Formats: sequence, structure tokens, C-alpha cells
Amino acid sequence: MDPASFFAASRVVIVAGKGGVGKTVVSAALARAAARSGLMTLLVEIDHRASTHRSFDSAPLDYDERELWRAPDGGRVLGRSMSADRALVEYLQDHGMARIAQRLDRSGALTVIATATPGLKDLLVLGKIKQLEVARRHDLVIVDAPASGHAISFLRAPTVLADLAGAGPIHHQANDALALLRDPARCQVLLVTIAEETPVNEAIETAYALEDDAGVALGPILVNAVYEPLAGLERSSRAHAPEVREALAAAAELRRVRTALQDNELARLRGALPLEQIRLPFLFTPTIGATESVALADALVRGIEGLPAHAVRPGALT
Amino acid sequence: MTTPPRSLADLMAHVRMIVCAGTGGVGKTTIAAALALGAAQQGRNAIVVTVDPARRLAQALGLDSLSNEPTLVPGAGAHGGTLHAAMLDPRATFDAMITRCAHDEAQRDRILANRFYQNIAGNLAGTHEYMAMEKLYDLASTGAYDLIVVDTPPTRDALAFLDAPRLFARLLDNWLYKLFVTPGRGLARTAAAGAHTIARQLTRVVGAAVIDDTIAFFRSLDGIEEGFRTRANDVYRTLQSDDSAFVLVVSPRPDTLGEAGVFASALAEADMAVRAIVVNRVTPSFGDVEVATSRSGPARALADFRALAAREEREIVQFAATLPGALLTCVPMLGHDIHDLNGLAAIAELLLSSNDEAVSTG
Repeated sequence: MDPASFFAASRVVIVAGKGGVGKTVVSAALARAAARSGLMTLLVEIDHRASTHRSFDSAPLDYDERELWRAPDGGRVLGRSMSADRALVEYLQDHGMARIAQRLDRSGALTVIATATPGLKDLLVLGKIKQLEVARRHDLVIVDAPASGHAISFLRAPTVLADLAGAGPIHHQANDALALLRDPARCQVLLVTIAEETPVNEAIETAYALEDDAGVALGPILVNAVYEPLAGLERSSRAHAPEVREALAAAAELRRVRTALQDNELARLRGALPLEQIRLPFLFTPTIGATESVALADALVRGIEGLPAHAVRPGALT
Repeated sequence: MTTPPRSLADLMAHVRMIVCAGTGGVGKTTIAAALALGAAQQGRNAIVVTVDPARRLAQALGLDSLSNEPTLVPGAGAHGGTLHAAMLDPRATFDAMITRCAHDEAQRDRILANRFYQNIAGNLAGTHEYMAMEKLYDLASTGAYDLIVVDTPPTRDALAFLDAPRLFARLLDNWLYKLFVTPGRGLARTAAAGAHTIARQLTRVVGAAVIDDTIAFFRSLDGIEEGFRTRANDVYRTLQSDDSAFVLVVSPRPDTLGEAGVFASALAEADMAVRAIVVNRVTPSFGDVEVATSRSGPARALADFRALAAREEREIVQFAATLPGALLTCVPMLGHDIHDLNGLAAIAELLLSSNDEAVSTG
């Protein structure tokens, strides 16, 4: 599949996955790859203290968007953060409750209101994303969603609130968000996982929960940190020193068994989840900066090019 | 304790509670279970309380499933020790707390049936953390266990965890709550009228049902909040005591170490200390013998692992330096997953046999 058509499939991409699988790094690589296809791409981080900026060797993101990277042929990555609390205050201000919003915020009563209304903050964040999508100032909005347990409630919020709020502005907002989430031409969800037992289990559960409950379209699943094949691992060393031979044999053995464990999980994932897989390489560094992000974006583009043309479609699991 | 512990095993021998904290995906559940198993094999009556709903831990312990009630793990203890395991059910724990604090059955039923309560019990940020602490305290009060190891929810928000025991107290101190439940007289009535204006406006936004439920919830609490407050303070004090130890479980990557650092500072502000750091899944360096670079498979595998191991070690040393009072233990990345008690016992061995200087990852 041509990367340009991959990124043109929807105007919003929500990236979801369990903590520790590299969701933020993968979101950044996706934004980079989209910008390379010439797109004006906005990368939105939702949690505070996220580390999106590291993939661009830049300072932490702010609420106001700013340029993170410019591709040689004109595409750009812009980045901003978004907070649920701020979305709630803005919402009240937009609805003629500016003074009350301030008072509620100061006294901590916003916590009570947000608690009284499950999913309210999530809905308001989705509402902000919808605003961005409708404004069309960007070709693509990539959202680094909360970690998976929370991603499910995050994307389920509009359904819950559409029922609960009965009528009024929140009801409308919920319906607008639902329209966005359920239209595969406007929004798709990409799940990120790693080829290990627990993350794979969680990815499978999340995929079904998201498609069943939130009605969202799932794109290919992104499998991060996959060991690349290394030829000749089984060949024993001709070195004389026994401790050299031992170290080499042990390293080769660990690489081999970890790769075998991953292959096992990849096969299990494929069996349980009829989604295309894009594999991203394991990087032998604990830190991800712009250099590593470029390597991941390269791998992502190669993975997208390897997809069949029909890889992005709604209702992939059913 | 008079002298600081020299090793994780030493620390574990001197405490009655261990709270394993850290971000998701670092193997916290496995470490918690291994510590409890290690204690059981040394003859203590230990229990591990996990928040991980994955069946993997239950399977590794040889159980069909875990529930809110402790289950004995067959064949886990030695020298008269036992191992129990339980999975935290925040909702059931919350319900139990309401049941304990309520004045009578009618009040209990009113609260449990309230939709606002149900939202809090299931959704409020920090509730799971609060309930993990509540369960910990509850188990400690039974006196049935010498060591309780609790695995905390994979929270991104360290402060939510610490705030958790005081969450209710804060919610109940809220002026909105006071306005809703204070019978109007004089000035209070004016204030109450203000609250009703606000309630009316909020009703326009979120719908009447939500606001009605909220008011009904606060009214139904009627007098039991003092019980919550006392309990929250008890839990807090228990965590501050020398009987409890926070163990930070991390992976050797700057992002998880960074979050662990934020968590440690928040703990310090609350007069709680990280007593030990467990760095899980450290890349081995396979000794320090020099190996000539070559393009052969094994040589490249070794070079890859060593490059990563060297960078990880720098990260670990740097992080450990920020917590000079904490013991440091590294667990290497293994060539297999943990599937049974033997696997967990092997992790326990790695955790408890190493000493503070064991930064070496070979």
C-alpha cells in the first residue's frame, strides 16, 4: 500500500496500547512518516508528562501547537498537548459559564462534577479533537491516546454520555463524537503492542472491546520492538579462548530464544486478531531521540508499503 | 530499624508490608509475586495482592483464578510458611468499606444503589489506588499474615496514588458538598441558594439525573464521612511506618526511570521513602571478556546486547544516585517467560540472593 493513501484513509488516527509498549514513540514515528508523505500533521499528546518531544529532540509540548519537524518536501509535524481539566474549563467558558468555571475550578468542585458524570472529561477531549478535525487546518491529526484500559473508557465515553445526558449540550457533543469515531473515513484506531504474552493478550482484548463497544475502525496493528533476523546465530565460534566462545554462545542463544518467543506471540496475535501487522524493529538503545525516531519512521513506511491495498477497512474483526 | 538493611532479603525480613510501585509493563506483578513466594519459602505466612486482571499470574501460581478473597497457593511455602494470593476487586473493596462505615442497612443500601457512588467506585481517578491501600490495611488488620505484598495499579499519575487515601476526605470537604447538604439558615441559606443556581446551570449541561444523583449521594452519606476520614488517616500512617516498605519496580529505560523519579519525590513529600529499587529485565552483558568485532551472527548478537547493556547501566547508576537511601537490585532479562511456581522461585532467588552492590548485569 502506498503510504500517501494509507495516511489519507482517515483524518484522525488514534494510537492506543498498553503502557510500556512504546505508544508515544510509535505515534511520533507515524507523524514523521505522514509528514514525509507531504501531510500537515498534528500530533496530540493527552497525558501530561508524556515524552513525545524526545522523538524530535525538542522541548516538552505545550497546550499551543508548534512545529516539531519539517519534511524536505513540505510536509510538517506540529505538536501540542491536551489536558482533560483544561478541556472542561474551556467547555464551561464556551457555554456561557466562564465565571462559574473559575469558581468551580478554584474550589476543586470540578473534580466532583467530572466524577458525577463518567467520561465527561474524555468526551470533552474527544470534542476538542473533533473541533480540530472539522477545522481542517491539518491534513491529519494523530492522537496519542491514554494507555489501553483507559483507552477503552476514553473511546466509550461518548456512547455512555449520549445515553446518560438525555438532552442538552453534552448529549449533542456525545453524538458529534460518536459520529467522528464511527466514520472510518474520519477516524481510525491503530493499536500498538509488543510481541510478548501479556501485551498481546491485552491488545486482543482491547481490539474487540473497541470495535464492539466504541464502534471504531481498526487499522493495522503495530508491533513494536521486534528483533530483526540475524543470520548464522547457530554457528559456533572458532575463537580459542573458552570465555570468548562462552560469551558468544550465550548471546546468540539469548537472541535466538527471545526471537523464538516473539515469533510465537506474533503467530498467536495473527491467529486471534485478523488485522494486518506492521513490525517495527527492536532498537538496541534505551533512549529514543530524533535518530531513532527516523529509523522507526523508515520501518513504518516499509511496513505500510508491504500492506495489501485493502488493509484499512471498517469492521475488520467481524 | 536501627541499622539500615543490607539487601532486599534483609529489608523484607524486617517489614510486614511491601508496596510494589511503578509504571505499567515493567513486570511489577511478577516481582511482587516472587517476593511473596520468597518469603513463604523462608517460613513466613505471606500474601500477594495483585491488581493485574491477567490470568497469567493465577496460572503461574497453579490457580484457576484469583478473587478478592485470599486463596492458598498449594505447595508454595516451605519451613512452615504459606503463600496466599488475592486479586484486588476495587468495587467489592469499596462496597465492603461502605458496609463497614454505614450506620445501618438502609443507609448502606441507599449508598450502594446510588449511581454517583457507582461512578466513583468504578471510575474516579485514584479509586483503584485507594482501594489497593484499603485492602492492604484490611489484610494487615486481620493479623493472619507476616508479610503482605501489594502490587499497585499501573498508574501514570504518581500523585493519584499518594492522594488516594485522602481522596474521600477531600471530596467531602468540598464546598459544593457542604452547600448541598447544609440545611439553609441565614447566611448558609444564601449560600445554598447560590449552590442551587449552580446546580441548575450544571443541570442544563450534564442533565438533571446526574445532578440529582450527586446530591442524593452526598445526602445519603449523612455522618459516615468521619469513619472514612479516620480510616484514610490510619492507612496513611501505616504506609509511613517502618513496618511498610515501598519498592520501586522499573525497567532500565529513561522514560520509566523518569516517571519513577517523579513518584519517589512525591513519596518523599509524604514522608514515605523508597526503600528499594528493583530494575527488571536488565540486558545482560555476558561478562567483560573482550571479543573482536566480526560480522558473524553470534558476534553481532553479543555486540548488540553489550551496547544496550552499557547504556542501560549508565541510566541505572544515574537513577540510583538520586535515591541514595534505597537498595538496588537488578534482575536480568531471561530467555523464557514465567509459567509456574518454579519460574517465580527463580526470580525470587535472583531478587533475594543479590546484595546492594549487584549493579553488575552479567
